[in-house]
Amino acid sequence: MPDAPNIQPPAAPVETLKVKVDGREVEVPRFMPDPLSGKPVPTTMIQACELAQVTVPHYCYHPKLPVSGNCRMCLVEFGTPALGPDRKPLLNPDGSVKIAKSPRPAIACATPISPGMEIYTNTPAVKQMREGVLEFLLINHPLDCPICDQAGECKLQEYSVDYGQAESRFVEPKVHKPKRVDLGPRIVLDDERCILCTRCIRFTRDVVGDDALGIVNRGGYNTLTAYPGRPFDNNYTLNTVDICPVGALTSKDFRFQMRVWFLKETKSLCTSCATGCNILIGSREEKIYRYVPRQNDAVNSCWMCDAGRLNYQWIGREDRLTEVRGPTPELRGWSAVLRELTRVLAAAPTGSVAIVASARQTNEELYLLSKLGRKLGALTDSVPRLGEADRLLVHADRNPNSQGARLTGIAGEPLGANLARIAEGIRGGTIRTLIVFGEDVTRHGIGADLLSKLEHLVVSDILPNATTALAHYLLPGCAHAEKRGTFTNAKGRVQKFMKAVEARGDARAEWDFLLELLSGLTGEKRWAGIEALFNLMAAEVPAFRGLEWKALGDAGVSVPL
Amino acid sequence: MPQEYRQILKFVDQPGYTPDLDCYLRHGGYETLKKALALPPRTLPDGRTLSGPEQLREEVRLSGLRGRGGAGFSCGLKWSFVDRKSGKPIYLICNADESEPGTFKDRQIIYKDPHQMLEGMILACYANDVHLAYIYIRGEFIEGARILNRALQEARAAHYLGRNILGSGYDLEIHVHRGAGAYICGEETGLIESLEGKRAYPRIKPPYFPAVLGLYNCPTIVNNVETLCAVKHIVAMGGAEYAKIGTPNNTGTRIVCISGTVRKPGYYEIETGKVTLGELILDPAFGGGLREGRTLQAIIPGGSSAKVFKAGERFKIKRKGPDGKETEAELGVLDLPYDFDTIIAAGSMSGSGAIIVLDDSVDIVEALANIAEFYAHESCGQCTPCREGSLWMAKALRRLTHGGGRKTDADYLARIADNIPGGRTICAFGEACSWPVQSFVAKFKDQFVARGAADEARRLANTPNAESPTGKTNA
Ligand SMILES: Cc1cc2nc3c(=O)[nH]c(=O)nc-3n(C[C@H](O)[C@H](O)[C@H](O)COP(=O)(O)O)c2cc1C
Ligand code: SF4
Ligand code: SF4
Ligand code: SF4
Ligand code: FES
Repeated sequence: MPDAPNIQPPAAPVETLKVKVDGREVEVPRFMPDPLSGKPVPTTMIQACELAQVTVPHYCYHPKLPVSGNCRMCLVEFGTPALGPDRKPLLNPDGSVKIAKSPRPAIACATPISPGMEIYTNTPAVKQMREGVLEFLLINHPLDCPICDQAGECKLQEYSVDYGQAESRFVEPKVHKPKRVDLGPRIVLDDERCILCTRCIRFTRDVVGDDALGIVNRGGYNTLTAYPGRPFDNNYTLNTVDICPVGALTSKDFRFQMRVWFLKETKSLCTSCATGCNILIGSREEKIYRYVPRQNDAVNSCWMCDAGRLNYQWIGREDRLTEVRGPTPELRGWSAVLRELTRVLAAAPTGSVAIVASARQTNEELYLLSKLGRKLGALTDSVPRLGEADRLLVHADRNPNSQGARLTGIAGEPLGANLARIAEGIRGGTIRTLIVFGEDVTRHGIGADLLSKLEHLVVSDILPNATTALAHYLLPGCAHAEKRGTFTNAKGRVQKFMKAVEARGDARAEWDFLLELLSGLTGEKRWAGIEALFNLMAAEVPAFRGLEWKALGDAGVSVPL
Repeated sequence: MPQEYRQILKFVDQPGYTPDLDCYLRHGGYETLKKALALPPRTLPDGRTLSGPEQLREEVRLSGLRGRGGAGFSCGLKWSFVDRKSGKPIYLICNADESEPGTFKDRQIIYKDPHQMLEGMILACYANDVHLAYIYIRGEFIEGARILNRALQEARAAHYLGRNILGSGYDLEIHVHRGAGAYICGEETGLIESLEGKRAYPRIKPPYFPAVLGLYNCPTIVNNVETLCAVKHIVAMGGAEYAKIGTPNNTGTRIVCISGTVRKPGYYEIETGKVTLGELILDPAFGGGLREGRTLQAIIPGGSSAKVFKAGERFKIKRKGPDGKETEAELGVLDLPYDFDTIIAAGSMSGSGAIIVLDDSVDIVEALANIAEFYAHESCGQCTPCREGSLWMAKALRRLTHGGGRKTDADYLARIADNIPGGRTICAFGEACSWPVQSFVAKFKDQFVARGAADEARRLANTPNAESPTGKTNA
């Protein structure tokens, strides 16, 4: 798990109680939201410890899943105020409250706290119990870390450093279980590595609602498996790889591709739908190896869909547009092309220009395009992209930033309503210049026949398509992973993403060359970087008023829609 | 002369006594139920009024009845924990899974006097406002399930069950549910999961205390077959009267199952605490002693999961006299009165009432290997210490009994076993699988060490290079 889920105390004023964690008193909420229903349920020891910044080692516990309590790694000792016959707390000679220590340990992940409770997480007995559990988990484990994808982010490895024994005293034959089990189209299971924590089962059953995984056989032969005869195939299967504390569940896509400790992690967003799941991009030497979800309780909890997760390969495609081009072969390089374009646009009569932007572009870019549109008196719009929603994350709107397109004013009402008018304008000859960003308009009602009627077709895109093929001006842009910016998700959450890899060739962040183009057109000075641009947009676009790049933080800020 | 005290087994095995309703009725069957259903509300001296069901619960509380399923938990207290304000239905489950090795008492009732159990169950249900109850019966008791279903049919036809029982307005339905052959289905929360159609993974407590979040997350009572039969006798004779049977805090009768190397293995009903372990094993009225020329080696006093006693062991036992004063007495193992508290005080438990006797012909190491094999096979595998530990111990003992032993295996086994019990696991199976190993190895260490030493010596003589028992340097 690249991003260890953290517990966030509820925001509203709450009833609290005081407990002691390893001798330190902390005040914690009496109730915390249930991970599934959100209803308040009694705060558990592990949550109290987390709030006291004391980590209790655990395998099966996951803050976003129902508690199972099976791994027993989180066993702690505890005591509660001793009560006299009158049910009043007894006092020590020094006046402090007398604590009756429980003769039995408790699992911190499932045991509710009570007022005055003392939790002991680092006593010799606790340490010994952890060592015992860890030894039990390791005796039948294949210990094939050198070829295991989880190595480096494996909880068995992690805790072995703290509680493991240097030498195994296990001299019996190990239990052998199925290896390389093809669970489904995206998942491979190694049952020998599985520690039977049931996280994957609970996630799939209780979060996704697919009762696909389970355990068969008994005792030490217990074996995780998918429903017989049915592939493990829902749109969330890869989350089980993230939450699997060991290397039992692996992603076919990522398996054996890269050691995780070589990966640079960049905070970013998924762009495959309007939900805007928060992600980490794992990259090395300008190549992206994986996306993993990044916790954001206001958006995607700890999850993302498989389709979104695997939608990264196009970024590294060989046929990426890498060369900036003007109408003639002599016109080369960004400054020459932009200078010529500035001249053309400045000369275009009001109303003769139209802009088709993409709701896959950032707020900043859409803002700049909308500014450009106003300057040129252009008819503008962007392209709707619809699919089917599901009950967990996937939004019917498959654009990451339709809201941004609406709020910056670039989109028609409803989004896409102006596309037919633009087509009409070209056909009728009133529109002579078309600026297209990130869309193949030939698939959205503006066919090649119309495009060939234009005087100037200005296209910015990432990959070649029928529209880029006809462009007079071709401005290679960046994938979101290659730049910084913000999107506004379906619910109006403005979220930022950071740059993971360098773009190849001439490809350049759209906001960057749009700024250059605009300052050329208006004579205004060009603003420095993305932060300043964002803050300027916030000052000008009413919906974003008051926002600041810095204040967006990692989790974003919601704006009223 | 110690004698049997047959209360639950009163008619069982009597010539001509059959499991059908007519026979039960001829012997006074369902009279207690009739009386109980007709109980008028009773006003207490302090002005409170007790309904009929409340009076039954009060009688059970007064009786001091302790559960016969294994833990010996107070039945009255268990019933008092039931959440009666949740607005959810309350379920009752009769635990007829009887699987603890050495135990064969519940099946005598099920097979030979099923209506007695049903009457006890109906009374317990009435007392607890239960309208739907289940009998969870061990899968292997195929005929037992048939007998119970027939008895239920008869009871329904005669209006002891179903809607408006005997015109009282009380409705109750009981279903038989057969297990599929797993010991863990006897553990009450595993049983509940199994009854819900899932793998019998015992539940974590908190939060899943059956009295609050049991079957279908409703308040649920789980009682053993014998416990529920005792309820019938408590209602019939009154709790206070019942409490006079047996000994204080260990009231009533218990059906004891004696097996192993005795002359007369079998089930015997006794007044709890009025008969000693020695009498149960040696007296002609019970086990009838060991075979000719044999001496006693060990006793497992409460089912295979109970800690073993060694012949000749002596214990200092604290006991409360009738005057409430605590006295300490030193008792030999054979002089221990067979009741809940004494056997616990001696460091073991009377568990399911199964006494397994091992004479000097028994190989202790083999006996433990056999027990460990059972628990390794029956662990549900849900929680780490039990899943891994039970199989590890079984493998070590398999090795030790198949020529691969080491002198150090006794300590090795003890260290594995020590990491399992004491609240480290989800259910008491953790104790059940580790207590035999802990106690056998501690009390018969010399035999384990000797076995390992002999193996080592033999291996050394056979193959000069064999250093490791598995042939591998390290697994
Ligand atoms: C591993 C395990 C197996 C058990 N098996 C049985 C059983 O077969 N029959 C039974 O009545 N109780 C069994 N119990 C005890 C039950 O959990 C429960 O305590 C009992 O049914 C309660 O009934 P009682 O209070 O009437 O004794 C078992 C407990 C454990 C931990
Ligand atoms: S595959 Fe992983 S997540 Fe699933 S039970 Fe095994 S260890 Fe846990
Ligand atoms: S739900 Fe949407 S935003 Fe989230 S991962 Fe899937 S496609 Fe991406
Ligand atoms: S103690 Fe054993 S039987 Fe009980 S839940 Fe754990 S693994 Fe299953
Ligand atoms: S984390 Fe608590 S038992 Fe696994």
